Amino acid sequence: MMTLTLGHFLSLGAMLFALSVIGIFLNRKNLIVLLMAIELMLLAVNMNFVAFSHYLGDMHGQVFVFFILTVAAAESAIGLAILVLLFRNQRNINVDELNSLKG
Amino acid sequence: MSQTLNASTLLAIPLAPLAGSLLAGIWGTQFGGNWIGRRLSHTFTILGVLVAFILSAMTLSSVIDGARFNESIYTWMVVGGLKMEIGFMVDSLTAMMMCVVTFVSLMVHIYTIGYMDEDEGYNRFFAYISLFTFSMLMLVMSNNLLQLFFGWEAVGLVSYLLIGFWYNKPTAIFANMKAFLVNRVGDFGFIIGIGLIAAYTGTLNYTELFAKAQELAAIDFPWYIFGMDAMLITVICICLFIGAMGKSAQFPLHVWLPDSMEGPTPISALIHAATMVTAGIFMVARMSPLFELSDSALNFMMVIGSITALFMGFLGIIQNDIKRVVAYSTLSQLGYMTVALGASAYSVAVFHLMTHAFFKALLFLGAGSVIMGMHHNQDIRYMGGLRKYMPITWITSLLGSLALIGTPLFSGFYSKDSIIEAVHLSNLPAAGFANFAVLAGVFVTAFYSFRMYFLVFHGPERYDQNPDAHHGHDDHHGHDDHGHDKPHESPWVVTVPLVLLAIPSVVIGYMTIGPMLYGDFFKDVIFIDAVKHPAMQKLGELFHGPVAMAIHGLSMAPFWLALAGVVTAWYMYLVNPKVPAFFARALRPLIVVLENKYFMDWINENILAKGARGLGVGLWKVGDRAIIDGFFVNGSWKVVGLISGMVRWFQSGFLYHYALVMILGVFVLMTYFVWLA
Repeated sequence: MMTLTLGHFLSLGAMLFALSVIGIFLNRKNLIVLLMAIELMLLAVNMNFVAFSHYLGDMHGQVFVFFILTVAAAESAIGLAILVLLFRNQRNINVDELNSLKG
Repeated sequence: MSQTLNASTLLAIPLAPLAGSLLAGIWGTQFGGNWIGRRLSHTFTILGVLVAFILSAMTLSSVIDGARFNESIYTWMVVGGLKMEIGFMVDSLTAMMMCVVTFVSLMVHIYTIGYMDEDEGYNRFFAYISLFTFSMLMLVMSNNLLQLFFGWEAVGLVSYLLIGFWYNKPTAIFANMKAFLVNRVGDFGFIIGIGLIAAYTGTLNYTELFAKAQELAAIDFPWYIFGMDAMLITVICICLFIGAMGKSAQFPLHVWLPDSMEGPTPISALIHAATMVTAGIFMVARMSPLFELSDSALNFMMVIGSITALFMGFLGIIQNDIKRVVAYSTLSQLGYMTVALGASAYSVAVFHLMTHAFFKALLFLGAGSVIMGMHHNQDIRYMGGLRKYMPITWITSLLGSLALIGTPLFSGFYSKDSIIEAVHLSNLPAAGFANFAVLAGVFVTAFYSFRMYFLVFHGPERYDQNPDAHHGHDDHHGHDDHGHDKPHESPWVVTVPLVLLAIPSVVIGYMTIGPMLYGDFFKDVIFIDAVKHPAMQKLGELFHGPVAMAIHGLSMAPFWLALAGVVTAWYMYLVNPKVPAFFARALRPLIVVLENKYFMDWINENILAKGARGLGVGLWKVGDRAIIDGFFVNGSWKVVGLISGMVRWFQSGFLYHYALVMILGVFVLMTYFVWLA
């Protein structure tokens, strides 16, 4: 029977991270998807934290995950609020058309 | 008479004409509301000049008694160690110049009452000529080069204003621009000379400068000029002399003077014959301790002077405008003075300056009187027989002409013969050519003077033959058609100055040659290195009193040459008037050259002016537009634009681009920290 090693968890984390990165810059449609990708990125990092914490027998890492989740929740709340305002103003949350930052 | 001179009296001399000028110029014109009428204007200005003249005469008398004044009375500013001051240096040279300037100026002021009577700019004219008197007095009384330069520029300015006095006459505007520009060329040399002096001696004061003259003479000029090693003193002297060339109208900077005849006649007499043009001669005489140290500069002056004396005289022969004949004669006489300066005979040059001031002012005012009598016709071909109608003008002009050609006992004889003798005795290499030029010049002078005299005052009356009597020339008064009226004698305000000028024109040479040339009048003023330049000393040994000189003069070449000139003129223009026409045909190419004034104007306009303009256009297009505008100014914004054009390509505005760049950045940094650091 194959045991799950640290490498498996780290690979999972890296895959999640890669997925979210690709999600950020291949996403041409919706700003919500972008926010979700960012959340996924945080989860990938959390995965690493948990894996290392278990592997090293140090509980600090898992405590940290709770903090990160909290912050991520707050951050998504703010992000979604911005999104709502943005939609009210622009009637549009299509990423491809939101380029008012262009210099 | 007091033995001492005090500063306030001396200060009053230039300031009195200035006050008159300001009164007439500000409150007598539209500028200040026309408060002062014509009568008050000329009273104020004449009073100012009269005060200046009386005080100058008193100054001269105390100077003859041995009084001297040399003090700075006001420090304008101090830059480093260089003091810029206003001060007066009054010695015999200054006092004599002051008297000549104020006397001629006074005569011209009085004369102007008659001459400018019908002119609208009457008050303005008086303001200008008084301002001129002020400037000239500042120039001659100065004790430093800065004040000299101030006076120098101020007389140039007034000359500009007066040549363009009739400012809606295009030729006058052209002439005053020309005078101003040509003078700028000379002044450029002059200010370089002053700058060199200031740089090497650290002083502008005459006395301090002359004290350092010897050490100045030992310095080599740090740069090569035309591949030659030059002495500093030579460079300084030639630069100063270039200034004198501009102001005293020496070849090739003479071109402005004939054109300046566009101005009213009184200023032709005052500025362009008697006083301003002599500023250059005065300056060189004043700077004699410097010029005496440089043989090269003396040679240079002699050559320039001889060219001017002879070749400008030739031009006088073919002129038909009465004022232009006198103007070319002025050029030629200024050439004589310059030759004398070159021969180290500074006192002779100044002596000729003085006699010339009187008789040339007389000739000009006489010419002006003729112009008035002829209802503003200036063409001598359409005059003739005027002696019947204008007896006073006739007699005084005859005296002036006799003085000019150097008739024994007249003032011009003493000064001109002394110049010729001095050149003859000079041992400089250029003296040979100069000697020929001044001798030939005597014949030419006599010829053109008496050509004009005979054509104007003798011969058949031709004044009703003028086809364009009322077009152009001086005529802007809008006379009614009285061109067929007989000529008339001028009013007393015109004839009195003529008579008053005729007296010194005749006697001043006889009276002053002894003390001025051979006495000790100029003893401590003009410095001559008697060992190197013995002309003046030898001349003194040959002098046995003015009467002996006159008698001796009868047997000398200049007298016979002058006589030949007069006789030739008499034969050609009175006895056999076909001769000039024959010569005009036979010597056609020569006449063409003379009529075009040796193509100097052509060269100036087409080569120098066009060249300068071409250079300007070149600098504008290449230097200004291509390099400064194109490269530096436009180039910098183009580079910034190009870079920002590239940079803004990164600023797509899409969130996912920024995010990607951030992530890539994190990867790069992590790679660096983990594996490379």
